[in-house]
Amino acid sequence: MSFFARFAQNRGALVGLIILLLIIAMAILAPLLFPESPWRMVQRPFLPPLSQDGFPLGTDTMGRNVASGLMHGAWVSLLIGLVSTSVALLIGVPLGAIAGYYGGIIDDVLMRFTEFFQTIPNFALAIVLVAIMQPSITSIVLAIAIVSWPPVARLVRAEFMSLRNREYVEAARLVGQSNTTIILRQILPNTLSPIIVLASLMVATAILLESALSFLGLGDPNVMSWGYMIGAARTVIRQAWWLSFFPGVAILLTVLALNLVGEGLDDALNPKLSRER
Amino acid sequence: MVYARLILMRLFKAVIVLFLIVIFNFLLIQLAPGDPAAILAGEAGAADQEFLNQLRERFGLDQPMYVQLWRYVSGIAMLDFGYSYRLGVPVFDLIMDRLPATLLLTGTAFVLSLVLGIVAGSMAASRVKKPSGSIIMALALVFYATPLFWVALMSVVVFSVYLGWLPAYGLYTVGAGHTGFALVLDVAKHLVLPATTLALFFMAIYTRMTRTSMLDAAQQDYVKTARAKGLKPSIIQRRHVLRNALLPIITLAGLQAGQMVGGAILTETVFAWPGIGRLMFEALQQRDYNLLLGIFFFSAALVIVFNIITDLVYSLADPRIKKGAA
Repeated sequence: MSFFARFAQNRGALVGLIILLLIIAMAILAPLLFPESPWRMVQRPFLPPLSQDGFPLGTDTMGRNVASGLMHGAWVSLLIGLVSTSVALLIGVPLGAIAGYYGGIIDDVLMRFTEFFQTIPNFALAIVLVAIMQPSITSIVLAIAIVSWPPVARLVRAEFMSLRNREYVEAARLVGQSNTTIILRQILPNTLSPIIVLASLMVATAILLESALSFLGLGDPNVMSWGYMIGAARTVIRQAWWLSFFPGVAILLTVLALNLVGEGLDDALNPKLSRER
Repeated sequence: MVYARLILMRLFKAVIVLFLIVIFNFLLIQLAPGDPAAILAGEAGAADQEFLNQLRERFGLDQPMYVQLWRYVSGIAMLDFGYSYRLGVPVFDLIMDRLPATLLLTGTAFVLSLVLGIVAGSMAASRVKKPSGSIIMALALVFYATPLFWVALMSVVVFSVYLGWLPAYGLYTVGAGHTGFALVLDVAKHLVLPATTLALFFMAIYTRMTRTSMLDAAQQDYVKTARAKGLKPSIIQRRHVLRNALLPIITLAGLQAGQMVGGAILTETVFAWPGIGRLMFEALQQRDYNLLLGIFFFSAALVIVFNIITDLVYSLADPRIKKGAA
């Protein structure tokens, strides 16, 4: 069975993929459909949804177009989700690979280091980091990456430990390949499928984290994000529920879609394991 | 004896981790933007040089770095977290004041999510191929993907604004002057929305975990034996499968403690619940870095204590651990 056929067998995954493509389309079309900055005040504030042409989701407390903010926000969420996950992989994969491949004291030290980061409450650490570094896309991406790499390191370490004594690795060693070559060329390619599955779930978690940070007022002040929209509307929830409702649905759908796609990738990449479930 | 050693080992590890966090905290304070003395002076409304120097001296900001570090570390060892830059009150007092509300909220949410999650998860495990099982899992996935603060806001809209069933803000009705049982009832009413919202996310995690764990346990030989003996399926599920499936859930519950702190920050912010999560939000808004880092340290300490407790519960639940430790 082809990769996509296995993926498509999981109907949830297919639905997730479609939702995800729609959200990517939203992000791409945002500057075309709403060329104006989503921060511009364009109408009177607190316009309810569907009450005026051009403002299908109404306007917010400052008279900004909610639909425009929602579409521009898609771009921010996806960008931060992808970049922070990549940074987390850049930290976690090498650490896990080195710990798993060499074992012994190196493994001990690196794992204590990982455990330390796992003990610290994740979201509290992200808050503190962003607050100290000052809110910006860079600081948010860094903070999310710093709190989310430990699971990657653990996964990669476990994979390396189970693969490092396989015959093909012994053979590579016998031919005189260096440790670096063995790690990068022999073992790493064989650990890719679980890493890809984990990464897709991490993008989802990163998007949730980013929205929670912006909700608390720690978003980049220059970009419109879903979390910021909900946070800004928090105090007027009694008068204007829709201001918080739509961005929340957007976050929910994105995170849900990524989780479904992750499960589908798991089915497609590890067919033996997932058949039993 | 074995437990004493286990506890000692864990405490030793905990002290090292906390020490590292203290140093980390100190470095962060140094990196924090703005001169604390200037912030303090700005609050007081005067900023001449002499006043600044006075403030620096009072808060020890004029000392060299290593002296400041030593003061900070030894201070925290004696539960002195310094002063809140904005409120001028010791950070420790502020935290202690807010701690009971947080423990009440997270404790309730923890028990609620664990019980509901295990029930829902075992229901899903015994209905693997049926639609009802799939529906439970789909709901769990949706709750897992929903931002906590959004659920909190929406539950305010529905249950408080629209239906008017439950209060949306605070710990108790201010000015009502309830005492005794009436007060307990009042607090319980205020607790419903925050605790349920916080519990939903964790319930989703426990549901998924319980199901996986039970399906794994159902493959074991002792279950086959029980089935061969002719035991009723319901008894096998309860006595043989669920009991063994619960062990990994205890471990997971320990690991979730840190997440619970994060969830509490968001729920307390939405519901104006006077706990340390709300305090953290207030510290954030006022850029009160010393308070912020104090709460951060404290929440990490809470998580570590909780981890030690779950380790102990685990070793009580699984006697095999004892042998390993001895």
